[in-house]
Amino acid sequence: MDLAYSPEEEEFRGRLREWLAKVLPSLPPKPSPDDWPGRRAYDLGWQRTLYDAGYADVHWDASPTMRLIFLEETEKAGAPYVGANFVGLLHAGPTIAAEGTAEQRARWLPPVLRGEEVWCQGFSEPDAGSDLAALRTRARRDGDEYVVTGSKIWTSHAEVADWCELLVRTDTSAPKHRGISWLALPMDAPGVTVRPLRTLAGSTEFAEVFLDEVRVPVANRVGEENDGWRVTMVTLSYERGTAFVGEVVACRRVLGEVAREARANGRWDDPVVRRRLGRLNAEFRALWRLTQWNVSESESSGGVPGVGGSVFKLRYSRVRQELYDVAADVLGPDALDLGRGWVLDRLSSLSYTIAAGTSEIQRNIVGERILGLPKG
Amino acid sequence: MRFQLTEDQRALRDGVRGLLARRFGREALWAAVDGGGLDRGLWRELGAAGFFALRLTEAEGGVGLGLPEAVLLFEEAGRVLLPGPLVATHLAAGTVPGAATGEAVVTAVGGGGLVEWLDEADVVVGGGSGAVAAGAVALRSVDPLTPLHRVSADVSSARPDDPFVLLTAAEQLGTAVRACELAVQHARTREQFGRPIGAFQAVKHLCAELLVRVEVARAAVYAAAVTGDPVDIAAARLLADEAAVRGARDCLQVHGGMGFTWEADVHLCLKRAWVRAERGGSITESEELLAEELLAGAG
Repeated sequence: MDLAYSPEEEEFRGRLREWLAKVLPSLPPKPSPDDWPGRRAYDLGWQRTLYDAGYADVHWDASPTMRLIFLEETEKAGAPYVGANFVGLLHAGPTIAAEGTAEQRARWLPPVLRGEEVWCQGFSEPDAGSDLAALRTRARRDGDEYVVTGSKIWTSHAEVADWCELLVRTDTSAPKHRGISWLALPMDAPGVTVRPLRTLAGSTEFAEVFLDEVRVPVANRVGEENDGWRVTMVTLSYERGTAFVGEVVACRRVLGEVAREARANGRWDDPVVRRRLGRLNAEFRALWRLTQWNVSESESSGGVPGVGGSVFKLRYSRVRQELYDVAADVLGPDALDLGRGWVLDRLSSLSYTIAAGTSEIQRNIVGERILGLPKG
Repeated sequence: MRFQLTEDQRALRDGVRGLLARRFGREALWAAVDGGGLDRGLWRELGAAGFFALRLTEAEGGVGLGLPEAVLLFEEAGRVLLPGPLVATHLAAGTVPGAATGEAVVTAVGGGGLVEWLDEADVVVGGGSGAVAAGAVALRSVDPLTPLHRVSADVSSARPDDPFVLLTAAEQLGTAVRACELAVQHARTREQFGRPIGAFQAVKHLCAELLVRVEVARAAVYAAAVTGDPVDIAAARLLADEAAVRGARDCLQVHGGMGFTWEADVHLCLKRAWVRAERGGSITESEELLAEELLAGAG
């Protein structure tokens, strides 16, 4: 049991830190949240910068510990997050790498790494959110094409995506977890309509996607026909396993900022505020240690991230919301001003106990798959 | 970075788990509740197994291991609710004769001027020993397995960051694990409405949160043992206290009416967790230490 990094890992950290210090000052300013073409260009540009420097495939090829170091250092240095590249780099990419054919890997993976193509995730539907396997979007086979009809919702980055990892029902008579297939849908195909949805934070982070007789080549199917549920579970284990490392680092930074703001505006004198901040410090320190534990474990087992990610996500999503509640307490009436820092973050944090599997679903996963309790 | 148990650490943990299962199973726990008193035989056996001398060097007659290994032992002790001033005796090994071998029982003045097992102890550490016993007032301890005395005011309680606090946190972690195991076992087997109650989400979710608190506390306690950092120890203490106290409460809830009886083990977990939460000094001090660290900017 140790927390020391190997000389090789420390060398990687040092090299990365040096490179970030050199490259970050010349980065263009961040576009506003609603400037989607700007955000796409910015995020792809950052990915291209990583690619040119040899860091593009850190999410796929590096060891889990190297990935942890990468996310820790980039976040500490204030580098851009994966942003619009999120699905391509962290979901679709790893899934295609694990389940795709040689042709599929050659077609789809390099443009993600080079910062040329953006992916979005077509999983959720109006009646298939937490009950994902209830999805109804249908794909009818017609020669060497599928004809897809249905709709998806809460699709992040759909406005600017080139591809969508799309779950469709290819066998309506099979039990609901079977009969699903995983397709790569080109977002410019005829019959695809994107309608942006406004979030409660006022921005258009996600969209509804309508699919009307959209023709998708059978060659775009990853995994066997009707075997999409298993492929999806591979995707989701990545989502819960490694997606939050950088965010824990970010939360610890924000917590320090909140403490300094409290001292500046006098709220620090309230022992209740200090105690809440102290407790949050304990929480985020522990979540960082839990991250290191999980990463170390997945490194020694060599497999995909396990259900331990659900344990992490349950605590993390709740504590992150508490962080912004304390921040609002520190701000006082200013917490009602959308122009103040943390106020938009507070609104955004409301999604954390819902997105990527609600806390209720995560508790079922922990209860059934880790503790072995019977299904309801 | 290999933040995982090594083979040796696993073997050590399994060894002490085996010893405690043999010598302090559920029957022994209940015999202790009914009989009172400290089992000196068991104390010497723990000494012989290296429980108290674990961190002394081999030249001093110890095992030569460190805080991470000690934390694993104390987690196991907390898991079986092993009674006695284990942490104080462990910390006295090397300074108090007989402590290392388990010949002597050593207690210490803890948070709030409380002393555990005063009548059974050979030595009291902190607050000027002999004088402590003289002015001590016996309490009617809430925990049937931890006799308590209160001593007069001018004794220093544990600082929020010393090994006394960390090893207590390890015991709390073990008791949280026990509460989680008890809850899950009950939820799997107890039937209502024709099915195991663990199938109902309201119950299942209580159990899931029990495990989440255990795992978060475990990461914090193990990391603090590795770094020995005062702020890490303070964090570990807060999370382990919460895992044990809140965990026992939720375990009691899962047990329903049975959980409110003397015969269920749950109340023993809860009462011990309460006692240990006081032992580490005031929770406010730990929170303040963690808050101050935010301003130090290390984050």
